[in-house]
Amino acid sequence: MLVHSRTGRWTAWVTFAVLFVPLFALPLLVIVAASFSTNWSGAFPSGPTTGHYAAAVRGEALQALTTSLVTALVASLVALTAGTWAALAGAALGRKGKRVLDALFMLPVAVPSVVVGLAVLVAFSQPPVLLNGTRWIVILAHTVLVTAFAHQSVSAAIQRLDPMYEQAAASLGARPSYVLLRVRLPLLLPSLNAAAGLCFALSMGELSATMMLYPPDWMPLPVLVFTATDRGSLFTGSALAVVLMATTLLALLAVSRIRTKASFR
Amino acid sequence: MPATRRTVPVWVWALPPVAVLAVVFLYPLALVVQESLAPGAYGDVFASASFREALVTTVWLAVASTAGCLVLGFVLAVVIAFVPFPGGKAVSKFIDVFLSFPSFLITLALLFLYGTVGMANGVWTDVTGEPTGPFRFLTTPWGVLLAEITYFTPFVMRPLLAAFSQMETAQLEVASSLGARPLRIVRQVILPEALPALATGGSLVLVMCLNEFGIVLFTGAKGVTTLPMLVYSKAILESDYAAACVVAVVSIALSVGLYVLYRGVSRRAGA
Repeated sequence: MLVHSRTGRWTAWVTFAVLFVPLFALPLLVIVAASFSTNWSGAFPSGPTTGHYAAAVRGEALQALTTSLVTALVASLVALTAGTWAALAGAALGRKGKRVLDALFMLPVAVPSVVVGLAVLVAFSQPPVLLNGTRWIVILAHTVLVTAFAHQSVSAAIQRLDPMYEQAAASLGARPSYVLLRVRLPLLLPSLNAAAGLCFALSMGELSATMMLYPPDWMPLPVLVFTATDRGSLFTGSALAVVLMATTLLALLAVSRIRTKASFR
Repeated sequence: MPATRRTVPVWVWALPPVAVLAVVFLYPLALVVQESLAPGAYGDVFASASFREALVTTVWLAVASTAGCLVLGFVLAVVIAFVPFPGGKAVSKFIDVFLSFPSFLITLALLFLYGTVGMANGVWTDVTGEPTGPFRFLTTPWGVLLAEITYFTPFVMRPLLAAFSQMETAQLEVASSLGARPLRIVRQVILPEALPALATGGSLVLVMCLNEFGIVLFTGAKGVTTLPMLVYSKAILESDYAAACVVAVVSIALSVGLYVLYRGVSRRAGA
């Protein structure tokens, strides 16, 4: 306990509330409130409606939602595979090799996402591989961006892994492939789940690289939120944003349920 | 390890992921650098006022946001960790959730809070009876600054809370039983312990602020142009790829340079 006096504690709490509520809680509440209203010209929104949600779950908006979900799912799965493979291969290398591999795979985090988008656009608008104008260019860019995060979290988990288990298995005559499949990967399962949730959430909210790349028939939800607010439909935009947040939260919740199940194994 | 049974050396296993990364990321990046070397491209971009303005705006916004995040994140984390209150756990959970939302939502929310017809101006006109409110900073750099501080502060709080949870509370008890006032304990006991976490969190936020695009795009302010925004407008709106690539190379140099620094700092801090 840092503060022993009653007034001191209350001062700390009030300071906390004064900073925390308007900065962090209010923005999210405001978006939810706006998504249910038609007008906001005074202190509070007015004209309660659920019409924006009715519009947000059909037509263009529904298509954008499925686009985002498919993109996030494919990107997360590929990123998880590539990131885990690289992390496992890196752990087997010496100190120097691991450092080089880690640096290579972390590079997409340091490079601005807009630049990743530009690079992918420049590279795949010319032969030998033409992807510009297809959905694959969006999925590719998302995969590049989230692989770095998958690699980072799996790599950290491998370092925390107790080597006793695999040594015991190997000393009992298990082949390396058997040790990997039956000992290491099951032990890594909780962190793989967490990494999957992280990748999914990041891909769902990705806007920077997507703005550089999206073709008209593959428009993810964040882009639709932007186009809606850009033409002044702020209330439709906030309903779409709430749908985006809710979907991300549901996915994270599902992943954390799997995680608690996985930790019982 | 029965090395005799292994038929391929370990580094071969590292080749497939590296090859994939090379095709989808390193080769595109190399093309950007190559394209930026078009004759006269660097000279044109460096000579343009819009580029220099964007560079200055990007750097000062990132530095100011990072400073704001560090101060705010430290204060909030100290209260959560050392002046516990009911619901503190829920607040930490909320911060985790906050991190998983895209950044542009903050700008969207600020439009409702401080926009020309938003909540703050609405209250002002209701109370004073004036036709318009005084809050119109949203389309200026200050609006971007507020949004970035709001969005990135949790990225500072997370490592701080992790560091505080491993701290010996006995130190605090001893200091306080020896008669140290709370502010002195914060300054002389908590702050030194928090420095590594502040360094890692701060440098991560600095890099992320330099790269931030969604917040600036949603602000829709013509007066606020950062380097990522300039890359977007050069490439997509003006189709001037050579210029976009030059700005991109400058942006990469800035961010990767700082990121290398960040890795160095976090490795030294043992994170």
